Amino acid sequence: MTATQSNAPAWLLLTDGTLFKGKSFGAKGTAGGEICFNTGMTGYQEVFTDPSYTGQVLIMNNAYVGNYGVKEGDVESDSIKIAGLICKNISHRYSRMVANDSLEDYCIKNNLVAIYDVDTRSLVQHIRSKGAMNCIISTELMDERSLETALAKVPDMAGLELSSQVSTKEPYTVGDSKAAIRIAVMDFGVKINILNCMVERGAYVKVFPAKTGIDELKAFEPNGYFISNGPGDPASMDYAVKTVKAILAEGKPFFGICLGHQLLARANDIRTFKMHHGHRGLNHPVKNLITGKSEITTQNHGFGVDPEAVKNCADVEITHVNLNDGSIEGIRMKNKPAFSVQYHPEATPGPHDSRYLFDDFIRLIENIADYSSPGL
Amino acid sequence: MPRDLSIKSVLIIGSGPIIIGQACEFDYSGSQAARSLREEGIKVILINSNPATIMTDPIMADRVYLLPLTVESIEQILEENDIDAVLPTMGGQTALNLAKEADELGIWERFNVRLIGVDIKAIDKAEDRELFRKWMIELNVPVAEARTANSLLEGKEFAQEIGLPIVIRPSFTLGGTGGGFVMHKEELDAALERGLTASPIHEVLVERAVLGWKEFELELLRDMNDNVVIICTVENFDPMGIHTGDSITVAPAMTLSDTAFQLMRNTAIMMMRDLGNFAGGCNVQFALNPETEEIIAIEINPRVSRSSALASKATGYPIAKIAAKLAIGYALDELKNQITQTTSAYFEPALDYVIVKMPRWNFDKFKGADDTLGLQMKSVGEVMAIGRTFPEALQKACQSLENNATGLSFISTSRMRPEELIDSLKRPTWDRIFRIKEAMAAGVSIKTIRELTQIDRWFLYQVQDIVNMEVEIRKYKHLEKLPDTLLYDAKQMGFSDEQIAELVKDCTAEEVYEHRKSLGIKRVFKMVDTCSAEFEAKTPYYYSTFEKEATHNTINVPVVANESILSGKKKIIVLGSGPNRIGQGIEFDYCCTHGLMAIRECGYEAIMVNCNPETVSTDFDIADKLYFEPVYWEHLWEIIEHERPDGVIVQLGGQTALKLAKRLHEKGIKIIGTSFDSMDIAEDRGRFSDTLKELGIPYPNYGTAYTTDEAIEVAKEVGYPVLVRPSYVLGGQRMRIVINDEELEKSVVSLLKHLPGNKILIDHFLDRCQEAEVDAICDGEDVHIMGIMEHIEPAGIHSGDSHAVLPAFNLTPLIVEEMSDIAKKIAKQLHIKGLINIQFAIKDSKVYVIEANPRASRTTPFIAKAYGIPYLNIATKVMLGETKLKDLKLTQKLEGFAVKEPVFSFNKFPNVNKELGPEMKSTGEAIRFIKNLRDPWFRTLYKERSMHLSK
Repeated sequence: MTATQSNAPAWLLLTDGTLFKGKSFGAKGTAGGEICFNTGMTGYQEVFTDPSYTGQVLIMNNAYVGNYGVKEGDVESDSIKIAGLICKNISHRYSRMVANDSLEDYCIKNNLVAIYDVDTRSLVQHIRSKGAMNCIISTELMDERSLETALAKVPDMAGLELSSQVSTKEPYTVGDSKAAIRIAVMDFGVKINILNCMVERGAYVKVFPAKTGIDELKAFEPNGYFISNGPGDPASMDYAVKTVKAILAEGKPFFGICLGHQLLARANDIRTFKMHHGHRGLNHPVKNLITGKSEITTQNHGFGVDPEAVKNCADVEITHVNLNDGSIEGIRMKNKPAFSVQYHPEATPGPHDSRYLFDDFIRLIENIADYSSPGL
Repeated sequence: MPRDLSIKSVLIIGSGPIIIGQACEFDYSGSQAARSLREEGIKVILINSNPATIMTDPIMADRVYLLPLTVESIEQILEENDIDAVLPTMGGQTALNLAKEADELGIWERFNVRLIGVDIKAIDKAEDRELFRKWMIELNVPVAEARTANSLLEGKEFAQEIGLPIVIRPSFTLGGTGGGFVMHKEELDAALERGLTASPIHEVLVERAVLGWKEFELELLRDMNDNVVIICTVENFDPMGIHTGDSITVAPAMTLSDTAFQLMRNTAIMMMRDLGNFAGGCNVQFALNPETEEIIAIEINPRVSRSSALASKATGYPIAKIAAKLAIGYALDELKNQITQTTSAYFEPALDYVIVKMPRWNFDKFKGADDTLGLQMKSVGEVMAIGRTFPEALQKACQSLENNATGLSFISTSRMRPEELIDSLKRPTWDRIFRIKEAMAAGVSIKTIRELTQIDRWFLYQVQDIVNMEVEIRKYKHLEKLPDTLLYDAKQMGFSDEQIAELVKDCTAEEVYEHRKSLGIKRVFKMVDTCSAEFEAKTPYYYSTFEKEATHNTINVPVVANESILSGKKKIIVLGSGPNRIGQGIEFDYCCTHGLMAIRECGYEAIMVNCNPETVSTDFDIADKLYFEPVYWEHLWEIIEHERPDGVIVQLGGQTALKLAKRLHEKGIKIIGTSFDSMDIAEDRGRFSDTLKELGIPYPNYGTAYTTDEAIEVAKEVGYPVLVRPSYVLGGQRMRIVINDEELEKSVVSLLKHLPGNKILIDHFLDRCQEAEVDAICDGEDVHIMGIMEHIEPAGIHSGDSHAVLPAFNLTPLIVEEMSDIAKKIAKQLHIKGLINIQFAIKDSKVYVIEANPRASRTTPFIAKAYGIPYLNIATKVMLGETKLKDLKLTQKLEGFAVKEPVFSFNKFPNVNKELGPEMKSTGEAIRFIKNLRDPWFRTLYKERSMHLSK
């Protein structure tokens, strides 16, 4: 108990009636969304600012967050994107010398409602067995009836389209405009470091709003297309599937991450589905079936690609699988230079094991003939 | 790649006797490796000279060699067995060095044995500081700036270039001998001289001291396919400058951003891949500059280590077990996570709790030792604590230490003034964490403490929170007035009931417990599952914490905080012995492991309680249920209240476990085996002497005293020389032999100063007598003498420090017979059910009883090994009433004699008097078999038996 530590109460209610009474942290108010959990032990700032988390109330499984404060630049977008935060312990004070601010101030500035002193472990176990569901955190509605009413208004994640909310409103470019490699990025909620990973490898990228048509993309004269990660249900994004189909028709190198992976699947008439409780963390094992090597990956997805449908699709083959549950982690098209992964090779936070995928993408652009080589 | 089927038999090399810096963690790793290989149908042959280990037990390997760790022994083993491969990474630096020596002599090649789990060329690069430095520079990994100097002048020049502070590391000396820090210009010349002289080649490394940088350790595993995972990242609470074995360490890393962590992860993986071609475990240490977050590599160890044992216990991921599988060709991605059994072994564990490891020192045993912590490890054991908050884990670690700490409030008799505290913080000592807390409580600022200790502020904030909580609690002078929420918060921060009682001052710990129980503030048990609850785990590895339950309004299956589900089976709890220390070590881990197995064989559920991460008995699959908790009354009692066991075994966990018998008895908990009353007779000097008198058994004259005057009176009665000691001690702590009033007064004064109010025992010391000890099992009716060990050195040297021979070699058959008879009489009289150890003195052909220990002793494992009889298994079954001695036919197989050799770690304490006396100083032991008494080694030993005796 320190001078800065708040003992103001906060409540957390789940749609199945589970109620946790904890303490308030960050902004005061009420926040709802779909509950999910992340098992990562580092990188909370990067996670909170990841646009793919839009609409999600996040449990951090790690015993602590906030210990090392926040630092300018350790972000994946311009603001906090999670809808709410649930923790066991939050550090009100931090020690990192190169940090700029405390997590608490950062949350207040970003209007993030958070609750701590919750038995997050039993909550995670509950979600693990009951599946993802909606929840609400409040520092002002201190009776179950009004919490229930507010919770009922939180939209269902299945069928929800969120990408157009978080996508850039105007196109913008990153990198050297004279570069030989030009990549058109479809922004469905792109993480900053994905762009960095391409720019670092000598690419000039132009980032387009979610609903940009193929003609505008073509006008950039890209020699590769990148389809980004993002929040929401891919099944609700027919507009994006249409764009992806048009891009694939171009026959140029194509790389998709996370939502981009799901959209590549859907463009090949492969079904996507809502997972029981998703994969979120920095320790998910993935095997590359082409090279036989394995990698530890960063993951953040609540929807997946149907394995049966992939196997039945003549044009697509599986390149990566999850070693824990056998779920589809990567696919490529047999007849086109297009590939995608469900996980996050750009990491941030997380291990850098999979950064080779960006090298592969760049090599694919530089010399399309290498497409069927191992490693892709 | 599936496993290499050409490997059918493997030799595992152990680490030998316990010394400071190489302790029972290697028994843990070796045992795991042996079990892991045998699971695969591989024949395991094992060599280790340490008889107290579980790895050398017949249950662990197909063939065990209790031989000295020499190339001659290796040759003998290779001649007698068809061995395909040798695994030298499980036995610390000792095993690696032996493997290297054998390699240089071409022994492996000659016998066509493959080295697995290691690349022999990698050993030098990892061990030789200069080679390591050059290799790092090649790899473009930053290291501390350093130059090699061969003269005083060169050294001074380099020191000037690099700038103070510097570290001086002499080349080719063991364990940092002759090295040290130079903080000020005036110290430079002397330090350089010392270092150059210490080095056999007159060479020192002059290195920039990165004092105050943060220190981290990463535990890695790598397979044949070059897949690498980081199992655990450990952060040192104490910054660079203090050996990691002497640092308080924390997992997961508490103050690392993802950017800083990934830099370390990438660097560590690159280093391990470049080090050589091997599959197995590896440990990499880094220092991080908190101002810039640049990192430098400190060292790499291509083997399992003390840290990997800790990491295994901290995460639940069995590093040694998996490393052994990788060594025989498996890839990580084809193995299963041993904890979940459903997910992959290729992953990086996620933790949802905090681990704090705290070292345990024994400076009291080494008079004159420099107790400043530094580059050289000085601790003899460690504890690990698990909590859901950092303060909870920290305070649980303090409660585990068994040094009267009730939490982070050390009951010290020497309260310091703030100025003294500030002064004391300048020098890192074993009790620094307690001093920091005292200083904060006295109002010293975090800024000042940070400047003095260089400890990361985040940790200091946590200590501050503990101090603030104390202040808050103290405001309420009555227990009933303490707000429920505050009490709950305090418990979440790891405050013991005893601490709370001390703070409110109007109640006992017991009352605090009853009060909070009535409020529903009770421990819940959570699982260590490697995955932060993401997947279901069935491994019954638990720790306690405090959590508020959720409430529910509509669902049928509630969210439950407690994960330790009761089985409904008959169950027995085994109490462990806490941290290793001189006088109580690895032998009790051996005893507990066997006890647990025997309990399971009898159809009971076996439950283990201990807090020592180096032990085999706390491995996740030895007991049916493991509570990794302090062996501290409050924690134990809540486990008992939850489990409702059929009984508790206190005989196997040394004095630590035995001490808890009284309270268990008072609470009506059944003690399995010998009753509390019988144990008390053996432990209570007065009651024991009365019993001996009744039985007509001689014992040295003795008396008890509380003051110096009384002591002098008693000494006069019993006659000088006398042995002075406090009652209830371990390993002869503060025991002295004195010959006159003056000496007596001095030792009594010193004793009362350190242990105020303690009863003092004064025994007549049987000068120049012979000593022997007997270990026996009794089932209440029959007594079986397990063994009689005769000490080589005369009385006056603690039994743990003397060489001892099994069976007796110099005592007459009559005396041996008499000792057996006496042991039988005592065992029956005390209604011993289980084990007893009796110490004898023999003078002028008369046998005296010195003491009796109604429990497993240091020598129990030794005798079991030497005679090849599973004595601990039998003893446990006798305690449970499942076995009667008369139904057993026990054949003691021993040709010749088995000699117990004590091993000391004096080289860690250069200024300490190496004389031996009634206080135990050895850290470990070895076993040596001799065919007969003409053995040249034995003859020399026997001739020199009186050389180390102090007055």
